[in-house]
This record gives sequence, structure tokens and C-alpha cells, in this order.
Amino acid sequence: MAKNVEIKDHNTLFQSEEYMKSAEKKMEFEAPCSLEEVEDTAAYLKTEEYKEKNFAREALTINPAKACQPLGAVLAALGFEKTLPFVHGSQGCVAYFRSHFARHFKEPVPTVSTSMTEDAAVFGGLRNLIEGLENAVSLYKPDMVAVSTTCMAEVIGDDLQAFIETARNEGAISKSFPVPFANTPSFVGSHIVGYDSMMKSILSYLNGREGDGEKMAAEAAEKINVIPGFEPYTGNIREAKRILDLMDVRYTILGDHSDMLDSPANGEYRTYYGGTKLSDAAYASRGKGTIALQKYSTRKTAKYIEENWGHPFIAGPIPIGIRNTDALLMRISELTGKPIPQSLKDERGRVVDAMTDSHPYLQGKRVAMAGDPDLLLGLISLSLELGIEPVHILCTNGDKEFEEEAQRLLAESPYGLDGKVYVGKDLWHLRSLLLTDPVDFAIGSTFLKFAAKDANIPLVRVGFPIFDRHHMHRYPIIGYQGTLNLLSLMVNMVLERLDEEAPGHSFDVVR
Amino acid sequence: MAEVGGQNVIEELLEAYPEKARKERKKHFEINDIEKISTGKCSIKSNVKSRPGVMTVRGCAYAGSKGVVWGPIKDMVHISHGPVGCGQYSWGTRRNYSNGVLGVNNFVAMQVTSDFQERDIVFGGDKKLEKVCREIKEMFPLAKGITIQSECPIGLIGDDIEAVAKKMTKELGIPVVPVRCEGFRGVSQSLGHHIANDSIRDHVLGTRDLNEPGPYDVAIIGDYNIGGDAWAARILLEEMGLRVIAQWSGDGTLNELAITHKAKLNLIHCYRSMNYIARHMEEKYGIPWMEYNFFGPTKTIESLRKIAAFFDDQIQEQAERVIAKYKPEMDAVIEKYRPRLEGKKVMLLVGGLRPRHTVGAYEDLGMEVVGTGYEFAHKDDYERTYKELKEGAVIYDDPSEYDLEYLAKALGVDLVGSGIKEKYVFQKMGLPFRQMHSWDYSGPYHGFDGFKVFARDMDIAMNSPVWNLMQVPF
Repeated sequence: MAKNVEIKDHNTLFQSEEYMKSAEKKMEFEAPCSLEEVEDTAAYLKTEEYKEKNFAREALTINPAKACQPLGAVLAALGFEKTLPFVHGSQGCVAYFRSHFARHFKEPVPTVSTSMTEDAAVFGGLRNLIEGLENAVSLYKPDMVAVSTTCMAEVIGDDLQAFIETARNEGAISKSFPVPFANTPSFVGSHIVGYDSMMKSILSYLNGREGDGEKMAAEAAEKINVIPGFEPYTGNIREAKRILDLMDVRYTILGDHSDMLDSPANGEYRTYYGGTKLSDAAYASRGKGTIALQKYSTRKTAKYIEENWGHPFIAGPIPIGIRNTDALLMRISELTGKPIPQSLKDERGRVVDAMTDSHPYLQGKRVAMAGDPDLLLGLISLSLELGIEPVHILCTNGDKEFEEEAQRLLAESPYGLDGKVYVGKDLWHLRSLLLTDPVDFAIGSTFLKFAAKDANIPLVRVGFPIFDRHHMHRYPIIGYQGTLNLLSLMVNMVLERLDEEAPGHSFDVVR
Repeated sequence: MAEVGGQNVIEELLEAYPEKARKERKKHFEINDIEKISTGKCSIKSNVKSRPGVMTVRGCAYAGSKGVVWGPIKDMVHISHGPVGCGQYSWGTRRNYSNGVLGVNNFVAMQVTSDFQERDIVFGGDKKLEKVCREIKEMFPLAKGITIQSECPIGLIGDDIEAVAKKMTKELGIPVVPVRCEGFRGVSQSLGHHIANDSIRDHVLGTRDLNEPGPYDVAIIGDYNIGGDAWAARILLEEMGLRVIAQWSGDGTLNELAITHKAKLNLIHCYRSMNYIARHMEEKYGIPWMEYNFFGPTKTIESLRKIAAFFDDQIQEQAERVIAKYKPEMDAVIEKYRPRLEGKKVMLLVGGLRPRHTVGAYEDLGMEVVGTGYEFAHKDDYERTYKELKEGAVIYDDPSEYDLEYLAKALGVDLVGSGIKEKYVFQKMGLPFRQMHSWDYSGPYHGFDGFKVFARDMDIAMNSPVWNLMQVPF
């Protein structure tokens, strides 16, 4: 290689003297606030007085920890074999869904749009839907297209059922080509509701669709179904499958996007990887029972299954932590009659052993957390098992039921006494809480990094989306293994911080 | 239809399409030839609707306004007005660097939304919007202004954001700017750029004065400071003796927008997104404008001379001094990286300016752009593109992911430069890839300092040993 060239990039380049000078010169034209004003305001933003005003706001949302419905619908669709998510509305939404997932999973996300524009706003999107189905099926050759809506299609009131029927009559798709659909207005609920709506739609659409194949039915009768819920961790789905295999249980994962969003690099790209077989989904109702690993992201699906499938249905709690995982294993055992094998008992023991090793560094640590309802319930449960004190629990897309469940959970442990649950609040609220009532660390998505930085506390990245760390989603956070992963993340973050802050005399070699 | 390497690639590519879409899509491909290179004349179809169901790479008008033009104005609060999603997905993802304290006097990396609920759709959101504006004033006392970035439902339910903005401007004593950038408007981001430009024109431009104007006052137009690009450009302009009075819009401020009509010359980098405002200033204030290209030393040097030529001997001399100062450093970069990149074939698909502006930078490194195209270009962009390319290069407009995959294979390219949605498709195929929207979270790429980073990054992409691991040996 030729002689070395010094290359500074954005991290260091703009700290050099010439760039600092240039920035200073620029201020002449910025009409900036005075340094004093900025400092005073920055200080004011940390006060109790500001917090009160912050909590008094009624209309303004700042840094919410939620996304919109159709995003969740796309994730649900990606869990089925050769299924193309198809979003009816303006195309920008799909560009955003694809980017958002691609940034989190670092994977391609095939999804199409009906690209509605002004004329569709006036005349409706029927022609877009018909041509869209025809084009998408020709180009991407799916076995199923799962249609969801954006706020645009919802506001103008497009009738998907009638539109899809018309598309069939006009020959854009065959009479039998499966096109489940869900109404997923962005101005109702959040991404977890969209996931739920699409999951329910796909399951009810496919149910019994393959006709009465006796062999299939007999096979299905030996199985249980597992619904992951809005699952940003491909590792969690793989972990659920590993546990079921260890228990010698036959199963169908309903909505398995683990291969789709964690596919191998081998020099060839395929549009579709893995996913739940449509025929398995069609016979799922014949199974021994269904377990949803999350409760709040599968409510409509739960209602549908409970009312129509005539077999036991259990939802949540998400198996994060020892007790929640124990509960799941016992339920699987009850449902299938299969004993919990020694290998899982040993695994449990090893994780409990790890927890005993680490607990002195975690017990009594005060934590703030933000995320989806099911995830938070799991994190609270694990925290209490370790003696970590959950103090601020923020759930932008939580409701009354979640709030009550979280409060009940906190009340079960002395470590939960300081815990307060904030539903419908955003990360700017959480920022005020972190600054007025400090904690030791925070747990949440990448978007929480701003508030954590302002509060000078470390952030353990858990949940969705995680854009700024690699491969987190590949490691499970459910089951005993997942619990071990979370434990390692937390304790090693605490130890890292301890080293950073230790004066020379306490810079210990052994921790 | 044209041929590449004796193969009728375009015809073959289009075979997978149904008849109607095939007919439409066919107009969006061309192969460069001598005539097009010399005249820039082309018949490629652009700036028309994407076909439904075809996986377009395009975004929407909101993305063009909030995501590109207005979002980087750092001392104003930009409301994503409507449901939560659009603001969430565009939150912090374009890496528009800006100096200031986040949440205090800088609001770029924040997601501020009216978070529409069903009742807002049913009863209208104007009252809520008023309240949102008041609460912004209370939460962010140093905010210099507010913009209302309309999402799809706003136009559909007929909210009068203009009236709210007018009322709030008066009540709050800071400019509140309504922007009708609903996502369904137009065919891509492009209309959003135009709408945003118009709203700056109507509500901000010319509303303030520049203290002590000088003979060398220029404005940077159409640099979004991705990874600090505008800073790397600004420093060169300042070094040659010019005074940059405004940055549109990376690290920009309300005041800079308001005084730009006092510039002596507008320098446009991203022509597509901001030619509108430059033309307006030319018409209304008689300010000339000039396009420039700060990608790669050849184009940067060419541009510095072109800009200097507009001014006097003193500036021209200083420009030569700047060029002489950086030249050895650039030669050293090329000496190091060119042997590692020589002869590699590049395929691009990006937005505004990069499909043509970066061609020279690749050529400086001995690489050849064999295919290029735009998500949302217009005819004038294409006219500027052909002459930058060699004969036989394939040009495509609004290609789908299917098209890109097909072309990458057919053209046998070594590197693809596009966006996050495309990135992992090509990496799975074993093809090196760089994000040419966000520089893969690297940068800057503009100016001389930027070229060093660009060269390093292309080398990282092309010559990583990980590509050798794709083939399974068993």
C-alpha cells in the first residue's frame, strides 16, 4: 500500500481548529441565542418546574416510543411463507416501513405499495389496488399477498373487501389466490395493534382453507401453536423453537419471521426466506392449543382464536426472567403432556447461578425503562427477580389494563415500591423524570439514547428499534438463555460504568 | 432498445412485467451514446407516477419537505402534523449534522408530532394544532419558529393549517409556517422539495436584513450537511475569500433563510431539491446562481475555479492557492486508493444530485459508473447526467428493486451505491455496497476533506476480506 494518508472523519474532523473557527464565523448569520440564554434554558429544562409543565401538556407529543399500525402489519405478513406485504396507500409509508425494519434488522424488507396519489385521493384507490396486485404477483411471485392500509386509504374509506373481489373478477389475480387484508389506520393504536390485526386476518383467512386433508388434520392435532407477537428479536423466535424442540413438542409458529429477517449471505438473494407454511396455518385450529408469547400485541387474535378454534388459548406473560419462563414451560407441559426435560432444568439452574453471581452489582440499582407493554412487563419481572428497582416505567402505547397489570406486578415485591407507570407518555416526559428523579441506568430502544445522555446514565438497548448497535436482535431475550443475555448486558454495563468512574484506588481487577 | 455487451438487457429485464406496466416502464430506461453525451438530449421518461405494486425506491412529499428541506433547520421546531408514523420513521435518520444543544436551541434530532387520533380525523385537527404550537413555545422557549409539516390526512380532511399558522404567528410572536407536503401529493419526494421551497419563499425569505453586506457574500443552497458535508464545503469557500451567509439547509437557521436574498451569488449543490428557490431569488432579487460539484478532487477543483471566475482576481488567486494547497494531499489519497479500486464497475441509484455528481469522484479513483439513475429526477436532471457518463452506460428512472437486481447481475457490477432499503439485497448477493444517501453513517464526502473519507469508504466496501467468505467450500 502507498504511504499512509491521515483521514479524519466526522468524529474528529469538525473538532479541528479550522472547523471550529468556521462554525464560529457562521454564528454571525445565525442570529443565535446568547450563551447565557442557552445555559439558563438548559438548566431550566432540568427542573421540577419544567417537569410539571412538561406533564401538563395535552396536545403535543415529543419523542414518542411507538410507531404506527401498518408497520406492525408488515411484520406479521413477513412471518408467512412466500408472503408479500402489500400496503394500500401512498408509497412514502412503505419506503419508511422498509427503511425502519432494514435499519433494525440489517436485512432487506420486501414490501410493496399501491402508490396512491392525488387522483386516488379523489376517486379512490381501486385502480391502484387492481394494477398493484397484478404487478406485484407478476414480479415478486408470492404465494400470498397480505394487504394493509395507511391513514390515507382509511380516511378516504376504501373498501378492501370489495376492491379485492373486483380485482379477482377483472382477472388481476386468480379467484383462489390468497389475499388476507386488515384495516390498519395509523391514527389508532400503534404498531402492536397493526401486527395483531394482520395476524388475526391472516389466521382467520387461512383457517380451513386447504380443505379437509385428513393427513394434515391428523398431523395438526399433534401440534401446538405459538404466536410470537410483535417480535423485534429473530433470536426470540429461534429460542422458542429450541425450547419446544428440547421438550420434544411438535409445534407451528404462527408468524415466523426469524428466517426472513435473519437470512444467510451466500452470494444469492431470494425475495422470501422461510416463514410459516400456509398449509400449517390453515390447520392450526386443529391443534392441541395455542400459546401467544405476548398478550398486548395479540388481543384481537386472541379473541378470534378463543371464539373459533375451540382449543385452549393462553397469552403471555412474555417469557423474560426465570418465573415467566417457568410459567411458559409448565403451560407447554400441561398442554402437551410432555415433561420438562432435565436439560432445561439444568439450563435454568445455570442461569440462576449466573444471577447469584451478578446480583450484588444489580440489587438496589434504580432503573428507568420504556418500550412496548409486553416487553416492559417482562423487564419488570426480571428486574424484581434480581432486586433491581424499576422506578420510571414508560409506555407510550400502553393502556389502563397494562398500567394496572404493571402496578400489580410492582406491588408484589419490595423492590417495586418506588415504581411508577406512565402510559400514553413520551420520551420527553421520561427525560424530565430522569433529570428530576435520577436512576442508575435506563433500558429501552435507540431513541432513548438522547434522554439517557442528557441524564448522564448508560442505556441498555432492549426493544425496538435498535439502530445504533449491531446484532442485538439475533440474541434471544426470552427463555432462560434470553434471561442470561439480559443479565449479562445489564451487569456488564454496570461494571463498565464502575470502571469508568472508579478512582485509582478502586480500579479493581476482580469484580 | 439499446444493447449492452451484445445483450438486450432492458428488453429482457422487462419480460417479467405484465403488459401494461412493461409498456410504461420501458420508457424509463436508456443507454448513453455519443449524441446524448454531446447534446445532453434524452427522451427518458421521468417524474411520473410509479406503477402500483412495483417495489419503488421512492418516498413521498412529506419526506421531501420535512425529511430533506425543512428538517435540518435547527432552531425551528418542525411538527410532523398527523399520525405518529411519518415523524417516527424520519427521526434522526438523515444525519443532518448541526451545532447546538438538542432540545434547547437545536431541534433537528427530535420527533415532534401532533400524534393524530381517530377523534382528530373525525373532528379536524386545527384546535389541536393551535394547542400544539402553544405547548411548543412553552416546552422550547428558545425555538425561533415552527413549521407544520402536513401528513396525508391533513389535506384529506380539509384542515386549515394556513389559518392556524397565521393566528399562531401573531399570538406566539415567532413565524409559524404551514407546509402542504401531504405524502399523496405528487409522485415522489420531489414535489415536497418544491412545496418546502415555496413555503420558505412565502413566509421567510427576505423578511430580515443582513448587517454590513459584503462583495463576496454567497449562500450554499442544497447541501444538507449529511455527516457534515456542508461544513467541509463551506471551509473551502471561506478559504478562497468568500463569505458564506447562509446554509440551506444543513445546520441552517431561520435567520440564514431570511437574509439569503442579500447574497451576491447562490451556489447550488443539490439542484433538484432547491433550484426553485434559486430561480425565485434570481427573478425577484436579481441574484445569479451557479451549480457546483464538490465530489472528488477533479470536480471540486473545476467547481472552485468556476465559482472564483464569478468574482475578481483576488478571489481567483486565492482559489488557486486553495487548490495548490490541497492538491498534494488529494494526489496522495489517489495514489493510495486508486490501485485498489482501478477498473471496478459501479452502479448507482440515489436521489437529487448524486447519480451524476459522484461520477467524477469514482473516476478519480479509477472506477467507472456503468449504470446510474434517480428516484425522483426530472428531465433537466437527466440532461445534466448523460455528459458525465461514458458511452454505453445504462440510465434508469425510478427503477424497482427487481430492475436493480437484474441490472447489477447483467452489467456485472462490482459496487452498488444506493440506500438502506437496497443495501442488504446486494450484500446478500455478495456485492459490495455503500449507502449514498447517508454515507453509511460515515462522512463527510463533500470537498477535499470529504474525498478522503469517500476514498477510504469505497476501499472498505470493495476490498473487505468478508466477501471472500460467501462461497461455502463444502
